Amino acid sequence: MPCYQGNPDAIRALVREREVHKDLFTSAELFDVEMRELFETCWVYVGHASQVPKPGDFYTTTVGDQPVVMVRHAPDDIRVLHNRCPHKGVKIAGEACGHTGKFFRCPYHAWTFKTDGSLLGIPLRKGYENTGFDETEARQGMASVGAVRVYRDFVFCRLRAEGIGFEAFFGESLSTLDNMVDRSPEGRLEVAGGVLRYLHRCNWKMLVDNQTDTCHPMVAHESSAGTAVRVWEAAPPGTPKPMAVEQFSPFVSPYEFFERMGIRVWDNGHGHTGVADSIHAAYSPVPGYGEAMVAAYGEARAKAILGDVRHNTVYFPNIMVKGPIQTLRVFKPLAADRTLVESWTFRLVGAPDTLLERTLMYNRLINAPTSVVGHDDLEVYERSQEALASRGREWVNVARLYEGEESGTAVVNGTSERQMRNQYHAWAHFMTVGMNQEVAA
Amino acid sequence: MIGDITTERLIDFVYGESALLDEARWDDWLNLFAADGIYWMPLTPGQQDARLQTSLLHEDKLLLKIRIERLNGQRTFSQQPASRCHHLLQTPRVQAIDHGAGRYRLRTAFHYVETRRDEQTLYAGWFTHELAREGAHLFIKLKRVDLVNSDAAFGNLQLFM
Repeated sequence: MPCYQGNPDAIRALVREREVHKDLFTSAELFDVEMRELFETCWVYVGHASQVPKPGDFYTTTVGDQPVVMVRHAPDDIRVLHNRCPHKGVKIAGEACGHTGKFFRCPYHAWTFKTDGSLLGIPLRKGYENTGFDETEARQGMASVGAVRVYRDFVFCRLRAEGIGFEAFFGESLSTLDNMVDRSPEGRLEVAGGVLRYLHRCNWKMLVDNQTDTCHPMVAHESSAGTAVRVWEAAPPGTPKPMAVEQFSPFVSPYEFFERMGIRVWDNGHGHTGVADSIHAAYSPVPGYGEAMVAAYGEARAKAILGDVRHNTVYFPNIMVKGPIQTLRVFKPLAADRTLVESWTFRLVGAPDTLLERTLMYNRLINAPTSVVGHDDLEVYERSQEALASRGREWVNVARLYEGEESGTAVVNGTSERQMRNQYHAWAHFMTVGMNQEVAA
Repeated sequence: MIGDITTERLIDFVYGESALLDEARWDDWLNLFAADGIYWMPLTPGQQDARLQTSLLHEDKLLLKIRIERLNGQRTFSQQPASRCHHLLQTPRVQAIDHGAGRYRLRTAFHYVETRRDEQTLYAGWFTHELAREGAHLFIKLKRVDLVNSDAAFGNLQLFM
């Protein structure tokens, strides 16, 4: 029996100060509301401008449950269109990425569309004369999303035409994207290396929740990172520490390390771990990179950029960025109990190849479906998805280091669950903000 | 002495390697690798670069040893219960023989099943074995696993193909 659709009070009641209701993770109806409300009203990541370098280049993806195509319409103009022919509904751009030239052509009846979505041509067009075709929806061509914003080559969109502005939505949190881009001596990133795609049979919010969960690595990843440390300790003295061991070993740092590293939260559900320190802080220097950064930015600025070692930054609702290691993970919702995790990697343009090598190694070791770290994370997510069916308990707890009256920007203890609370409050807000408008109208 | 590396022996080596995995004899399996041996699962069909292109796996003996030690660990939650695997191999084709250098290459089509709890998943692809002779023994310099759908989205893939 539906109870959440059009019922903002019922949705808000699912998020308490220190706990959230299990329905957030298990209810198919709530998932449907998420697609129609939350993913319509938030600014959602689409892709990176380097994926469509030339006019006519396109990349297909989803925003929430909506199939979209990101296309470069003109040298400085990236559009995001609903990837659906207005005629019979066919997905027009079929490949993951490609080049469509000056127009899209539907494979079913050869209707064509300019790369801004407008209808260009229909074969045997006279068949539509005096039919009132101009008054039909199809005449308007492929629909554009509500709004698009390209921020330092990161492409975001809001599906709904009206709503919160880009700056108001992200605010200071954009500083993490800034830092990742600034790590390139030329101030530019390129998608590189290929994307790892990992299917999770769990709700997408479990992954978002996990990104700032600093009390799980030493437990869930003892088996992988802890074993890596143990095996490495048996190596003959004097053996140089491999990059892989350098990447694994901080996962099993003690609680005190994670407490000290701190968490920063921003409005609208954004936040990051690793304020004062992080698991990415102690990687070996890469020859030639520091010099290139100093040459590009000067000593002081280069030091400030490289000294900002933020761990995981959550951009609500569904991406996480690691500036110091140049990865971006997208948690794509497929169903209440199914999520596709895409882990993207970037080349710092102008930096030595070793940095991309390090980025790709990290992605492979931590984010691949073959990853020994990923295996234990997915195991606990899937066990959660299964056991949340229990009626023995109704709520999921996020009370750790709750201080009362939490709002706005703050820096807190690195093992606080405040960023999770921040996300769930943003969830309740963006699930219902559009409903309120509908009621008011 | 050169003549003792026969086609039959090369093919038996490939069958034997998969049998060790099916029997979960991980340490014996790892001992088949040369000291600088690599296990590689590319992410994209035909991939040549393992350094600046992402792979599903690209592991040396140290990383493989970590993987194996982890499988035996008390707190390896994703292996409670443990996965099991089954290899079905087409007859390996010997692609290159260089007795002088002691180097051999074989290619083998396979079906691989990994199972855990009530689920089993089928994967298909091709192995390429680069083998080297050291003394009387053969060792793996490179085992390359090309899945026919290497760029698809997978769930947990926990054992070795």
